[in-house]
Amino acid sequence: MSPQQDKVLNQTFTSGYTYTRSTGPIVGRFLTELRQRKMVGIKGSDGKVIVPPVEYDPITAEELSEFVPVKDTGVVQTWSWVKHPRPKHLLQQPFAWALILMDGADTPMMHMVDAGSEESMATGMRVKVRWADEPKGFIDDMAYFVSESSSDEAKPLVKGEKLADIMDIECPTYLDYNFTAGNSTARFLTAIKEGKIVGQKCPKCSNVYVPPRGSCAACGIATTEDVECVDKATIESFTIVYIPIPGHAIKPPYIIANLVADGANISFIHLMSECVNEEIHIGQRVEAVWKPKAEWDYAMDNILYWRPIDEPDVPVELIGKINPSAKDNS
Amino acid sequence: MRDIAIIAYAQSDCVADVGAVNEVELIMPLVQKVLADSGLKSVQNVDFTCSGSCDYQQGAAFAFVLGVDALGAVPPIKESHVEMDAAWALYEGWLKIQAGQAETALIYGFGKSSPGDLPIVLSKQLDPYYSAPLAPDSVSMAAMQARLMLEAGDITEEDMAQVVSHSRAMAKNNPHAQLKGDFSVEQLLAEPTYLSPLRKHDCCPVSDGASAIVMCTVEKAKELGKPYALIKGIDHRIESGHIGLRNLRESSSTKIAAEKAGVAKGKVEVAEIYTPFSHQEHLVKLALGLDDDCDINPSGGVLAGNLMMASGLSRIGEVAMRICNGEYKRGVAHITSGTCLQQNMVVVLEGAE
Repeated sequence: MSPQQDKVLNQTFTSGYTYTRSTGPIVGRFLTELRQRKMVGIKGSDGKVIVPPVEYDPITAEELSEFVPVKDTGVVQTWSWVKHPRPKHLLQQPFAWALILMDGADTPMMHMVDAGSEESMATGMRVKVRWADEPKGFIDDMAYFVSESSSDEAKPLVKGEKLADIMDIECPTYLDYNFTAGNSTARFLTAIKEGKIVGQKCPKCSNVYVPPRGSCAACGIATTEDVECVDKATIESFTIVYIPIPGHAIKPPYIIANLVADGANISFIHLMSECVNEEIHIGQRVEAVWKPKAEWDYAMDNILYWRPIDEPDVPVELIGKINPSAKDNS
Repeated sequence: MRDIAIIAYAQSDCVADVGAVNEVELIMPLVQKVLADSGLKSVQNVDFTCSGSCDYQQGAAFAFVLGVDALGAVPPIKESHVEMDAAWALYEGWLKIQAGQAETALIYGFGKSSPGDLPIVLSKQLDPYYSAPLAPDSVSMAAMQARLMLEAGDITEEDMAQVVSHSRAMAKNNPHAQLKGDFSVEQLLAEPTYLSPLRKHDCCPVSDGASAIVMCTVEKAKELGKPYALIKGIDHRIESGHIGLRNLRESSSTKIAAEKAGVAKGKVEVAEIYTPFSHQEHLVKLALGLDDDCDINPSGGVLAGNLMMASGLSRIGEVAMRICNGEYKRGVAHITSGTCLQQNMVVVLEGAE
């Protein structure tokens, strides 16, 4: 049942987003206190002190508001030992994750303990916050916990001017991946590295997809037969982009078009250039402008862009239905 | 509530790294198989399609939209998606059929976890203020739960090893399992800890793959003339997102879901339970109220292969197919999601009357 395996093309990449999160008054208060190396919990409907504070009561769902100061020392309730920290972990030497009941709290919080060795960790051990040297109003102002007797202490807090309460926090998040192209995409990219546009044909409806995606989306069956297309195409649709997109290499205005390559039936998206934007129209004939051969890679941008050519338009109703490069279209 | 029938189920192999196969290529063979097995033949004959997946796993935005390319959705079909295990997609399909808006539903789930560091990817599901910025991986959090249970005397390391030994022995009969074979408790306990107190084998493997199910009204199942299993009860519950507010030594959400789904209304002969870490089987067995003679995870369960976003659906399929082929009359599927069994679904399945 497993599809045939072609050459695996893969590439590492990082996916991320620069979230800014509003904290609201409860989380904001906790983080504001952390910046001063102080900790607060919040009193729940059953009188228990919840640390870190939550906005709504876990039992009644009522809004909570009664802050209670707690100490920066506590007891380990349970823990796990990370022998081999992962690249994203904040501590890169072996450390413990622990649920820690802060003195004055009734619910434990999760954080890291830098204990040096697994033998030094134990349920019930007394720990204290090792504050960050330069707190900023974020959860890692508690850099990690250490044994209560540890001499590992933060630099003294610099008393500066009074800062505004924390209302929002920067939470950029990044994840690393090793992306693998699918079998059909790998075949397409291998061909385009050689300067060829190779689509795949549906065995049922005979439509040719450029680029192929592994299936005929209409019929739901695998496309297996490779079909080499010509680097000429017909404009099926287009849009003129006037709005600059941050980080985008191309200066507007520019044209993005849905193009049907000669020999294919299904369109793909690419750029237009060497053209008068206002004269671009549906049915217009275009050709690929390739990068210098020495720069070809497993990438669609081996084709820099497409430009108009002097050929008769394809009637709208025939776009994707005929191959203008074929001798016989009957 | 009317009974709803499950008439077809298929799952891919669980493999550590499926390589160049993309989501479309993962899904297509399974969808084609359940459509053929059910007698519906084409997605065009299905009233409602729903899938479960999570883009964070492979780091590909809108992978579930690309996944639709595997179906043959021209002309357009009624289609939906949950960013969850496909068991919740099945729940949506169940609701659609209950509501009389569909007679048949195709459900599938897929996950390609190999491109990322799954335990860290899963840390992104935690609260974004207090927890996620610390990057607590899912294995570390489960390990804290295991230690709580071990030190309280709820279970022993031998119990945990026994769960693993059983899983791998059962998986010998499952052609799709990733980890299988004969491993004695002594052999397993001789292994070093991986993320103390967990040993590597206490943790489910990371697997790539997919599964699919066809469900329908009983009338439709009879018309199609295929053996079927009935969903007699289904419920799901969730616990707090703040780990400190939960009692990690019990699975309170599973317990409520089991009551609501009616697990205790009859004898449970078989249960497929979704426990990604060996110590959790004890919690779920207790919460479901299973007898000692109930067969647990005849497929090997997720310790033998864990398709994130499809394993839950597979638990339902594994029980349903064993009822369809006459091995059992009544069984339970349990599905989990989130940290340390945070969210749980319970499905009660029975043979046709």
